[in-house]
Amino acid sequence: MTKETQIALPDFHNLGILLRAVIAVQVLGLLVALTQAATPLLALELFFRYAAFLEPPLLLVVLILYLAAPWLNAMPPRRAQLVCVAISALGAVFWQALLERPDAADESASLLRPALLGAAAAMLILAWFDWRARRLSPALAEARLQALQARIRPHFLFNSINSVLSLMRSNPARAETALENLAELYRVLMADNRQLSPLGREMELARAYLDLESLRLGERLQVDWRADNAPAEALLPALVLQPLLENAVCHGIEPQPQGGRIGVDIFARDAQLNVVVRNPCHDETPSRPGNRMALSNIRERLALHFDAEARLSVHRVGDEFVVQVVIPLRIRDSRSAREASHGNAH
Amino acid sequence: MATRIRAILVDDEILARERLADLLQDLAEDFTVEIVAQAGNGLAAIESAAAHPADVMLLDIQMPGMNGLEAARHIAALSNPPAIIFVTAFDEHALQAFELRAVDYLLKPVRLARLREALARIKPLTPEDAAALAPRRTHFSLLERGRIWRVPVAEVLYLRAELRYVTARTRDREYLLDESLVKLEEEFGGAFLRIHRNCLVARGHLEGFQRLVDEGDGHWLALLKDWPERLPVSRRQMHVVREFVKGA
Repeated sequence: MTKETQIALPDFHNLGILLRAVIAVQVLGLLVALTQAATPLLALELFFRYAAFLEPPLLLVVLILYLAAPWLNAMPPRRAQLVCVAISALGAVFWQALLERPDAADESASLLRPALLGAAAAMLILAWFDWRARRLSPALAEARLQALQARIRPHFLFNSINSVLSLMRSNPARAETALENLAELYRVLMADNRQLSPLGREMELARAYLDLESLRLGERLQVDWRADNAPAEALLPALVLQPLLENAVCHGIEPQPQGGRIGVDIFARDAQLNVVVRNPCHDETPSRPGNRMALSNIRERLALHFDAEARLSVHRVGDEFVVQVVIPLRIRDSRSAREASHGNAH
Repeated sequence: MATRIRAILVDDEILARERLADLLQDLAEDFTVEIVAQAGNGLAAIESAAAHPADVMLLDIQMPGMNGLEAARHIAALSNPPAIIFVTAFDEHALQAFELRAVDYLLKPVRLARLREALARIKPLTPEDAAALAPRRTHFSLLERGRIWRVPVAEVLYLRAELRYVTARTRDREYLLDESLVKLEEEFGGAFLRIHRNCLVARGHLEGFQRLVDEGDGHWLALLKDWPERLPVSRRQMHVVREFVKGA
């Protein structure tokens, strides 16, 4: 989804980081103890025994990492991670070898275990630090902000409010309708839209949106609705139709001084619901970013609901840009529809 | 005594222009504002600024055709241009640039008090500030025989320096630009290729290069798509031919 961010190597000169690493190893030790022992008390005892054994190599490794930090930071992060894992494995092996006095016959086997454990602990902790760094990274905060702005659409919101202010003097009744439409649209934009929604409702919302846009764009925006035979009770993911229209306005109408005509066809055929939106497109208008983002967002949500049964396709036919959404036709059964509409009364 | 102000309103949304006109009316105690012209896009804004002497232009940024920032750049280059106050609903990038250059702007919806403040301290937009706000134009504009011509940059085949002027060649005709080739190369670097000390050719219209051998001394000519003229490539710019071949 996001661009691949740089792997973050923890700063081994930071005491907090070192402390976290030490505690993380203890937690791993505790987890192992819990799986080994029958009762929590025995586990605790086992944990202390582990700790006594773990602590010296752990502190040794931490010390080495502390000293090696400038050198590690200078290498490519991938390699630095590998070196950390190797240092950890060697530290564990060194301690084991020191304890055992290497006269046992199966020396290599007995040293393999600490090496693997040391390496595994290091990998887990590095992965944890990496995840933490990503979670807190400014790139992610930026992405969240953009997602929020995409929802709020500040440009559209402020321009619409401006239109309403203008209408208040000249045409108060029209201003009222516009504010109602704005409220309706934003109620849905701000809501949790993971549910399927009846087509009739989505078309109402789309009309409210287009009404606001025609307030701003006036004669420049012409819309041909061909949805007389659209099944109003058919279900589709919420906020699919309105963003398609917004896309069409944004790319087909707004950049053109003379405006243009948007076509909307909605019909059911062969147990499938078809939604087709067309808008004029002109080569000379520079394509704005955001188009692909809106479409890929819709595509993702369609896949979430219908998997491979849904399809969103984009064509260019002559000087028209055509987006077609095909989803399996699911009709809301009348009983649940009645329940839903009566829901507020109970 | 109210100050007299001649104003031009530019916004692609009629209601937004009406709103500004209403607010200007409300300021009658402080300013007697006469709206001398209105325009619905950037190109029309340039024309109205050239045709109607005015003190101030309230200029929307996001408009079809040519946006307000670019229009401002063309307007600032006119003789005796109006001062410009930008108006925008939401454009973080532009707002940063305005703050940086201390250029005046209003946010939509516009508040009466802010409009009053802005009108009380109108000051001209310098061509340098205007150029910084719109670093890359989509159109050239030039005054010729009392008319403003706007030439879309995308339609220009090549730019050639001749004496004091630069000629911009389109398929229809030639235009004289009062600008330096070096500055134009800086502005449109990616879109034009320098093939000679005096010539920039549009990458989008470039078809290829042809080698011409005469009396043992070979040199290259640039070929344009559906255009008979051949433009010589200087020896110093030979590397563009090699780069073109590599890129193709």
